[in-house]
Amino acid sequence: MLPAIHVEGLGKRYKIGVRAPDDHNFREAIVGLLTAPIRRFRTLSEHAREDEMIWALKDLDLEVQRGEVIGVVGRNGAGKSTLLKILSRITEPTTGRAELRGRVASLLEVGTGFHAELTGRENVFLAGAIHGMRRAEIIRKFDQIVAFADIERFLDTPVKRYSSGMYVRLAFAVAAHLEPEILLVDEVLAVGDIEFQRKCLGRMREVATGGRTVLFVSHNMVSIESLCSRAVLLEQGRKIMEGQPRHVVETYLASFRSSTGSVALGERTDRVGGVHARFTDVHFYDAGGRITASVPMGGDLTVEAEFVCNQPLSRPRFLVLFTNGMGQTIFHAKSHAAVDVMPDADKGGKVQCRFPALNLPPGMYSIALRLNDSVAQRVDGIEMAASIEITEADVYGTGRGAQEPDDVMFMPAEWAWDYR
Amino acid sequence: MSETVTKPSSASHEREPVDLDRQTSGQLDVPPPATVTVIQPRRGWIPFDWKELWEFRELLYFLVWRDVKVRYKQTVLGAAWAVLQPLAFMLIFTMIAGLTNLSTDGAPKPVFYFAGLVPWLLFANAISLGGQSLVNQQHLLTKVYFPRLFVPVAPVGAGLLDFLLQIIVLEMMMVAYGVAPSAVVLLTPLLVLLTLMAGTGMALLLGSLTVTYRDFRYMIPFLVQLWLFVSPVIYSANECQEKFRETWGVLPAINPMWGVVTGFRAALIGTPFDPTELAISAASAVLVLLFGAAYFRRTERRFADVV
Repeated sequence: MLPAIHVEGLGKRYKIGVRAPDDHNFREAIVGLLTAPIRRFRTLSEHAREDEMIWALKDLDLEVQRGEVIGVVGRNGAGKSTLLKILSRITEPTTGRAELRGRVASLLEVGTGFHAELTGRENVFLAGAIHGMRRAEIIRKFDQIVAFADIERFLDTPVKRYSSGMYVRLAFAVAAHLEPEILLVDEVLAVGDIEFQRKCLGRMREVATGGRTVLFVSHNMVSIESLCSRAVLLEQGRKIMEGQPRHVVETYLASFRSSTGSVALGERTDRVGGVHARFTDVHFYDAGGRITASVPMGGDLTVEAEFVCNQPLSRPRFLVLFTNGMGQTIFHAKSHAAVDVMPDADKGGKVQCRFPALNLPPGMYSIALRLNDSVAQRVDGIEMAASIEITEADVYGTGRGAQEPDDVMFMPAEWAWDYR
Repeated sequence: MSETVTKPSSASHEREPVDLDRQTSGQLDVPPPATVTVIQPRRGWIPFDWKELWEFRELLYFLVWRDVKVRYKQTVLGAAWAVLQPLAFMLIFTMIAGLTNLSTDGAPKPVFYFAGLVPWLLFANAISLGGQSLVNQQHLLTKVYFPRLFVPVAPVGAGLLDFLLQIIVLEMMMVAYGVAPSAVVLLTPLLVLLTLMAGTGMALLLGSLTVTYRDFRYMIPFLVQLWLFVSPVIYSANECQEKFRETWGVLPAINPMWGVVTGFRAALIGTPFDPTELAISAASAVLVLLFGAAYFRRTERRFADVV
């Protein structure tokens, strides 16, 4: 049987220059045309120098059979969104070829096509049409869409008056009722409240098991593992791994791990903020104060973060967040909760967060580092700053394993008995 | 039914069989798909995909409907705004005409100006709204696929509705001033078509240019203003040609609106017109459309990258 999606040698090259396209000035273009015709012609027809070009995607081969749900993971900038954009025909590839068999629908954003001035009812039609539904089809599904979104009372109010939750629910409801043979989804599940996210995942599962083909890009490893039958890992535009979701996710998370226990963060771009102050490094220390890349279960771990600020930071709040291999949040360690008065930071410095007994089962964990100011505004934040490995440890000294594979945490316990 | 599928060779992946039954645990309720989309880099001039445009035709209707609705939502006067624009200009021109000697081809001044304004505004709004439509709706261009052609064309379609309202008011004015249409009125549909062609062509051209060169956004209103002065809206083409024909012959007719505005007046209020000039304007309108469409098609593939 012919595959639903066949991708061969797909590549996308972008021109990056000192000047962004926004600054493109017609006067300059005309003047340039007159003074240096050859140079200008080459620039206009996108024949730039090699060092001005960047490959967002390179030599990608992929085959997705009908009915498969394939997950695409990778860091920001790895090429996942570019891949989706090319397959959605939003942008053209530079090289290669792709074939899609069946009707295609893309969900790259919540609320595409919505217009703030129109009512919910009108937007259902508009957004449905933009996503490719016929008018008859929208009419037929209208009631279901409204029921899914749960906004019946507000149907005739302009959506600019909707709360963000209502907006998201309606937008997703329209998208959820698309019936394409191939669905391309980019992270749209990361919106709305828990209840709604569960509904969305449920709907995705329905779509997935209904024989439709789904290409799913996500940072949520839990949904990748639960929905996908296969996963692909992209890095810097290339496919570096393909296979079972669990293995791919593990490899992906392991890529954040440093072999030395220290990770430089100063140049990282996958951060929020980082303008007034930024984390520059993170180090892991064991019980003895030595730099380490792993710590035994139940052991003593200190996370030390170095940061610099270019303006004084009053009473900063630090946060270390642990996430496990499945992408589940385990806990937040907040300096604001534990420390009464955090001194003002002038130029930067180091902050240490010590966990005397890190009771997590063995595996790879990634930590996020966040820095907020005294009014809880994010100053810098890196979600997957570094990884640390928790290793098996003989906590009780008995030589026997103390936890089971799917345990979420390790809890030291004491046993007593009283037999007859 | 159980099928084992091995993945394509590639240096860095794991070979594992995939059991289709496991994934499609429900019934396969989707019949084998009919459409195949092929995506590959394209070069040079590509023709329009008429089949695709036809498939998406309902979307064009929705976009026009959206433009019309949004324009008048939350307004007090609603659709009356469509008529206010030409009426206001007409009043101003009539007042100015009192100070000058500009001929109105023998027709009453208000009717003369209004009749010229109606096709002119269809054109002017088409190019200014159409020209900015792509840049204003960047998020649509970068998040979902549909024929991009619809984006600049929708405002032109929406303008047609305003046009119809204005025609009604014009008819009322004609009755009030006792002016009758001439036999040329039969050409009116053609004139409207020519206006739409020229307007669409310019909208496509300006829209594409604005996506790449942002300063076009500010050039468009300026361009419209200039265009107004080279079109016989405020003055009569006939009077103009009486004075200047020796200097430039039929050159002004290269402006599609030259022939259209004069022709429109001739059709509805019986003022004279020159068929040769109309023919030249008609050819020009067709060329503008073809050129605008070709330029649009050529730059379309880069829209999402540069917008």
